[in-house]
Amino acid sequence: MSLLSIRNLHASIGDKEILKGVNLEINKGEVHSIMGPNGNGKSTLAAVIAGNSKFTVTQGEVIFKGKNLLEMPIDVRAAEGIFLGFQYPVEIPGVSISNFMRTAVNEQRKYRGLDPLSASEFLKLMEEKKKVVEMTTKLANRSVNEGFSGGEKKKNEIFQMAMLDPIMSFLDETDSGLDIDALRIVANGVNKLRSSENAIVVITHYQRLLDYIVPDFVHVLYEGKIVKSGTKELALELEAKGYEWIREELESKQK
Amino acid sequence: MENTLNYINTSMHNLQPLPAIGNKQTAACQYYNTHGMTFGKDEVWRFVDFSSFLNDSLDIPESDETHEYEFTCNIPNLDTTRLTLFNGYVSAHDKMIVTEQGVIMGSLKEALKTYPELVSKYFGTCSKKENSFLASNTALFTDGFFIYVPDNVFIEKPIQILGVIKSQTPLFLQTRNLIYVGKNSRITFIHCDDSYNQNRSFSNNVTEIFIDRDAHVEHYKMQNMNNNSGLMNHNYISMEQGASLLSNAISLNGGNIRNHNEVRMLGEHCDTQMHGLYLMDKEQRIDNYVYVEHALPNCTSSELFKGILDDSAHATFNGHVLVCEHATKTDASQSNKNILLTDKAMVDSKPFLEIYNDDVKCSHGSTIGQLDETALFYIRSRGISERTAKTLLMYAFCDEVIQKIAITALADRLSDMVKKRLHGELTVCDECALHCSVPECKFEIDVTKL
Repeated sequence: MSLLSIRNLHASIGDKEILKGVNLEINKGEVHSIMGPNGNGKSTLAAVIAGNSKFTVTQGEVIFKGKNLLEMPIDVRAAEGIFLGFQYPVEIPGVSISNFMRTAVNEQRKYRGLDPLSASEFLKLMEEKKKVVEMTTKLANRSVNEGFSGGEKKKNEIFQMAMLDPIMSFLDETDSGLDIDALRIVANGVNKLRSSENAIVVITHYQRLLDYIVPDFVHVLYEGKIVKSGTKELALELEAKGYEWIREELESKQK
Repeated sequence: MENTLNYINTSMHNLQPLPAIGNKQTAACQYYNTHGMTFGKDEVWRFVDFSSFLNDSLDIPESDETHEYEFTCNIPNLDTTRLTLFNGYVSAHDKMIVTEQGVIMGSLKEALKTYPELVSKYFGTCSKKENSFLASNTALFTDGFFIYVPDNVFIEKPIQILGVIKSQTPLFLQTRNLIYVGKNSRITFIHCDDSYNQNRSFSNNVTEIFIDRDAHVEHYKMQNMNNNSGLMNHNYISMEQGASLLSNAISLNGGNIRNHNEVRMLGEHCDTQMHGLYLMDKEQRIDNYVYVEHALPNCTSSELFKGILDDSAHATFNGHVLVCEHATKTDASQSNKNILLTDKAMVDSKPFLEIYNDDVKCSHGSTIGQLDETALFYIRSRGISERTAKTLLMYAFCDEVIQKIAITALADRLSDMVKKRLHGELTVCDECALHCSVPECKFEIDVTKL
């Protein structure tokens, strides 16, 4: 049985259908990359999995660890092990990162029937996980993402992923807005979190990121569907040729 | 027990002026006898409505000399000098204290006898314009504190003024505080208005503060009254050159509260920072009026008032900054931000600038809205329940005002109280001997309704 099974998923925002029948099977230990032109549903797919209520699922199902994911509230999905690395992390003035993460870690522990971490256990965990993305600044008292540079925001997403230790992560354009050094740090961070017990979906436009995070599978999401899947070589081909040939190939198939 | 308005009217006609301030009381009386308890169409008083209290029968408290009020306030790391006003009267042991530094603290009525020149010099001169509630207080106040700080005195320990109401019958209180802070002195006040039980009460309290040259005053107000109480709270502040004021009013509970603030900066290089936070629910009313006058050049003022309103609560923010003709290089800002949790909660927000000089920097703004959906999604996507996520966001909203409190120990305590209130748990300031709010007046933001 797959870890995550997306079957014929359709989703709309208002009257506009964005996902038009996505099928995807993900197993533990795998890294998938989803590529595709802008506005074709990549971010929507990640948002729907995380439970963003802006989108309405009109058809299909998503099975996670054998459970119906679409029936779960947003926070239950997270506690079950879903994580979304945001393309645009939200600034929350007045909520410190340490308070935010401590609340999240302990609410997730509560869901799993575990005791909350003590203050010292939590601080120890935080210090350990900061190293994953080479975070050196005194984070604890800073408000979540407030006044962060683009690079700091993305590092903070991966830091949160490290803290929460999810089973199934969707990283939505985690490479956008990063300089070369930050890209390396963020990508290395993701690699450190990769294990045989979890799975990661990397949504990106650029082969560059995949030089660091080498995917097992690459998919092209085009007009709301996955139209082509392959191995990491597909990403190189896309980088070289662009998306035009995908469209041509599809059109010739339809004929 | 008699009708409150009748009591005021009758007392005004039969006024026996006190020594030293008799002329001011007579003038107040004349104003009141002409105007009565009316405010015409004055914008400043537009939303003020204490008629249910004025038309009610309330007792006028008698001085209770035998009452020894023992109060302990156990905010960690906060050591204060405590002064108690019990049902509008100064406790016997606080009657008159003179410290080694020459600071005078005690009953205003007592000071009229011992320091008549000092009192008459400052009493009743702070407000720019008379109003009926002020006139009533000037003529009929029971007592209050007189605090005189000589020049060049730095009082490190905050002075905590406790206004406690405890009575078997509903009360009408009028207290008066008069504070003078000498040149280059520093002082911090923590002013707690608490009710002891669920009885109805109406307070019409006036505090006048004179801040002389280069002196600095911090004034923190905590309002935690029961749902049946009315509080007409006036602060009239007058500042000389180089003086600065930091004021922060945290209104946690109360039936109907009006904070009427008038600040006049009469010298150059004055700075006023006035902040407020209000968390109201049920049928509660909160009305913050802030008037700041920039009379001369190079003064700065900033106002930040934030509030969360649940159920059918109603808040008003009425801010007025007057920049006079000669007040070049004025820097003034006003901001009022509100979160409404229900369709019935209401805010009237009116930031207002009146400017008669071209070389100034002034800004004002007001927002009324709900919790940010994007932020809620972000927080919940980390495994935090909807209820906790909303509480986190509400707390974060309040935090900006709490961070303006310069005393860390007080900020920490208030931060805790706000958190508890948002969780629907607030009853009293932790372990406070007052037990001012009994469980039935706890704050209950019902997040399930959001």
